[in-house]
Amino acid sequence: MDKIIVSFLGVGLIGFIAWFFFGKKDDAVEATDSIEVLVDGGYKPENIKIKKGVATKITFLRKTPSSCLEEVVIPDFKIKKYLPLNKKIEIEIKPEKSGEFPFSCGMNMFHGKFIVS
Amino acid sequence: MKITKKTFPIVGMHCASCSKLIERGLQKTPGVISSNVNYGSEQATVEIDNNVTEEDLGKAVEQIGYKAVFEKEKPANELKEEIKKVELKKLKLKVIVSSVLSIIILIGSFSGWNPVLLLLLTLPVQFWAGWEFYLATWSGLRNRAASMDTLIALGTSAAFGYSVSSILGITEGVYFDTAAVIITLILLGRFLEARAKAHTGDAIKKLVGLAPKTARIIKNGKEIDISIEKVVVGDKLRVRPGEKIPVDGVVVEGFSSIDESMVTGESIPVDKLVGSSVIGATINKQGSFIYKVTKVGKNTLLSQIIEMVSQAQSSRAPIQRLADLVSSYFVPVVLILAVITFMAWYIAGFPTAAFTNLVAVLIIACPCAMGLATPTAIIVGTGIGAERGVLIKDAQSLETAHKIKTIIFDKTGTLTKGKPVVTDFSDNSILSIAASLEIGSEHSLGEAILERAKELKLKLKKTTNFRSISGKGIEGKVGGKMYFLGKPDKRNSEIENLEKEGKTVVVLVSGIKQIGIIAIADTLKEGVGEVVSSLGKRGIEVWMVTGDNENAARAISKKIGIKNVMAGVLPGQKAEKVKEFQNVAFVGDGVNDAPALASADVGIAMGTGTDVAIESAGITLLNKDIRSVLTAITLSKKTLSVIKQNLFWAFGYNVVLIPVAAMGYLNPMLGAFAMSASSISVVLNSLRLKKIKL
Repeated sequence: MDKIIVSFLGVGLIGFIAWFFFGKKDDAVEATDSIEVLVDGGYKPENIKIKKGVATKITFLRKTPSSCLEEVVIPDFKIKKYLPLNKKIEIEIKPEKSGEFPFSCGMNMFHGKFIVS
Repeated sequence: MKITKKTFPIVGMHCASCSKLIERGLQKTPGVISSNVNYGSEQATVEIDNNVTEEDLGKAVEQIGYKAVFEKEKPANELKEEIKKVELKKLKLKVIVSSVLSIIILIGSFSGWNPVLLLLLTLPVQFWAGWEFYLATWSGLRNRAASMDTLIALGTSAAFGYSVSSILGITEGVYFDTAAVIITLILLGRFLEARAKAHTGDAIKKLVGLAPKTARIIKNGKEIDISIEKVVVGDKLRVRPGEKIPVDGVVVEGFSSIDESMVTGESIPVDKLVGSSVIGATINKQGSFIYKVTKVGKNTLLSQIIEMVSQAQSSRAPIQRLADLVSSYFVPVVLILAVITFMAWYIAGFPTAAFTNLVAVLIIACPCAMGLATPTAIIVGTGIGAERGVLIKDAQSLETAHKIKTIIFDKTGTLTKGKPVVTDFSDNSILSIAASLEIGSEHSLGEAILERAKELKLKLKKTTNFRSISGKGIEGKVGGKMYFLGKPDKRNSEIENLEKEGKTVVVLVSGIKQIGIIAIADTLKEGVGEVVSSLGKRGIEVWMVTGDNENAARAISKKIGIKNVMAGVLPGQKAEKVKEFQNVAFVGDGVNDAPALASADVGIAMGTGTDVAIESAGITLLNKDIRSVLTAITLSKKTLSVIKQNLFWAFGYNVVLIPVAAMGYLNPMLGAFAMSASSISVVLNSLRLKKIKL
C-alpha cells in the first residue's frame, strides 16, 4: 500500500517540479528609457523589452544576500557588474541590433533577457 | 537647524543584536537625532542635523567594530574587495564553528550518544551556518528558480528532518552527522573557492595598482605636487629619474629613457625626445623632463587597457554555449532524478536506502563547476595576456585564435619597421622636387624622402594644386611645373634591378616624361624570420600582403622566408583578399588596415597603432613585438585546453557521479566532499594558466 502511495506522490511531485520550474511564463516588461530590475532569487522582471538604438538605463537592485546573484553579466554588451547588497547599480545599454540578448548571474544559474525590437 | 535623513549600508553584521549595538552607537554621536539599523537589509537610517558629517557617522560605527559604507567614498571595485573580505571572514567563522561541531557530532553518532544531544549540536550548524542556503532557496523559489543552494538546503533538511522524525518515533535512523558534515564541507568548499577565485582577477588588480597617485605640476614657474585627479589636459608636468609618469602626454623639454614594460610589455627601455609621447604609469629611468598632458582619467592608455581587459573578461566564449544550456535545466532535472531515486529504492523495498540515496543525489550534483569552467579560464587567460602586452578584446577572439589555419601579415609596419629610408636617387634636384611634393606627407615613403632631403640640407619649394591618388602616388605644382611622384608605369632595367633587391621605387614624372627615380627600402623587424618559421611548424600557412609590386614584394618575402605573397594590393582591397580565406588571422597596424582586421576571423593589431586599428582588432600587441603573435596563439591554445578540461571534468563529474549516487554507491558525506572538490579543482585548473610558458 505504502509503495503505491509513494509511487503516486513521486509521480505527482515530478510533475509539480517540471511544471513549477519549466512551466513558468514571464511576460516581457517594456522599458521605456529606464527600468529597475529586482535581484532576489532571480531577476524581476526577467524579460525586458527595449527599443533598438535607444539608450536604456537598467538599474539592478540586489535584495538577496546569496552570493550566487552578486554579479550580473550581459555578455553581448561586455558588461559584468558587481551588485552590492541593497545598492542600486545603474548600467546603460544601447542595442544596435534587434534580437534577444541574455543576461545572467556570474555563474550562469539565473537568467533573464533583453528583447530588442 | 536643518534635519536630514541619511541611509547607508553597514558591513560586518552577523546577528540581529549587532543592529541594536550600532543603533546605540550612532545615537551617542552628537547631532544624531534618531537611528535605525536594519539587520536584514544591512542598512542604517539616521536623522541628523547639519553639523554631522559622514566621517562622524563612519567613526561611530567603526568604534563598535563595524563599517559604514558611504557612496562617494570608494569606487565599486574597491568596495567589492572590502565586502568580499568581510564575507570571507564571516564564512571562515562559520566553517570553524561547524567543523568543530561536526567532528563532535560524528564521534557522538559512532559512539551511540543520545539523539537529542546530537540534535542540539546539529541545530547551530543546520540553521546558523547553513542559514544562507535557506535564504537563497526561499528567494529562488519565490521566483520559480532553483540553484545549488536549493539542492543543499533540500538535501540537508531531508537528513535533518528524517532524524528528528526518528526521535519522535515516526521513522528509524539518525542522520544528524550527515546534515552537519555536508553543510561544513560545502561551506569549506565555498571558502576555499572564494579564496582561489579572488586570484583569477590578479592581473586587473595589478594594472589598477600601477596608476600613480600624484603628479608634479609646473605652474607659474613653480613645481607643486598635486593629486592625479586634479591634472587636466594641457598641464605641464615634471618627471624626475626613477619616478612614474602620471598620465599620458608629449615631451616638451628634456629627454629620457623610459621603461614601458609594465604597460606595453616591451622589455627594452624606450628613448624619448621632445615630441615623443609618453604613457602614464610607466617608469622614467634616467633623465628629467617636462611633458604636456594629452590624456587624463578614463582616456589614458592604462585606463583603456584596464577597461578592455575587464570587458573581455565579461564577454562569453562561444564554447560556453552548451554549458549555458545545460545549466539552465540542471537543478530541476536533478530534483526530478532525486525523486525517481527515492521511488525506485522505496518500491524495491529499501526505505532507508531510498532516503540516503535521495540525499546523495541532491548533494553530489554540482552545477557550480559548469558555471565556473569557462569564465575563470577566460579571466586568467586575458589577464596573463595583458601582463605580456597581448591585449585581448573578447573571449571569442581568444577562443578563435587557436583555430586559425592561415595568417596574413601586412608588410609595412608589421613585418618591417615601417620606417623606410632612401637608398638610391637620381640626383639632388630630383630629391628636392620630390621632397617639396611630399611636404606635410604622413606617408612613410614621403617621410623617408623628406628625411633624406633634410639630411642633405636641400632647399624645398612650395607645392600648389596638390592631389593624392590613392594607391598610385601624388601630384602637384612645384615652381610652376606639374609633377607626379609615385609608382612607375613602365620599368627599365635600373628600376627592375632595384626592385629585385626588394626596394620600393618611385618615379618623378613631368608631363609624360619620367625624369628621375628614388629607391626606398624598409628594414625588417627583429624576430620576423623566427615567427614565420615557427608558424609554419605549427601548420599555419603564412601570407604577406603589400601594395608593393610583385618583384619588391618577392624580394622581401624571400628574406623573411614567406612563400605566399599578395603583391600590388591597394589598401581598399586588403579586406577583400582576407575574406577569400577561412580561419584566417590578419596582422596589421594602420588605419587602412582596419577593414581587413575586422574581416578576419582574428584581427591582430600591432602595437600602439591607431585607435581605429585597435578598435577593429580582436587582439592588440601592445609591445609591438611580432613574436607576440606566437604568444597570442599559444595563449589561446592553452586557455582553450584548460576550458575543455574544465568542461569535461564538470560534465563528466555529474554524468558519472549522479548515477553512482542514485544506485546507492555513494555516502552523502563523501558526496559533499566530492562536490566541493569539484568546484575548487576547476578554479585551480584555471589558475594553472598563470604558470604556463608563453
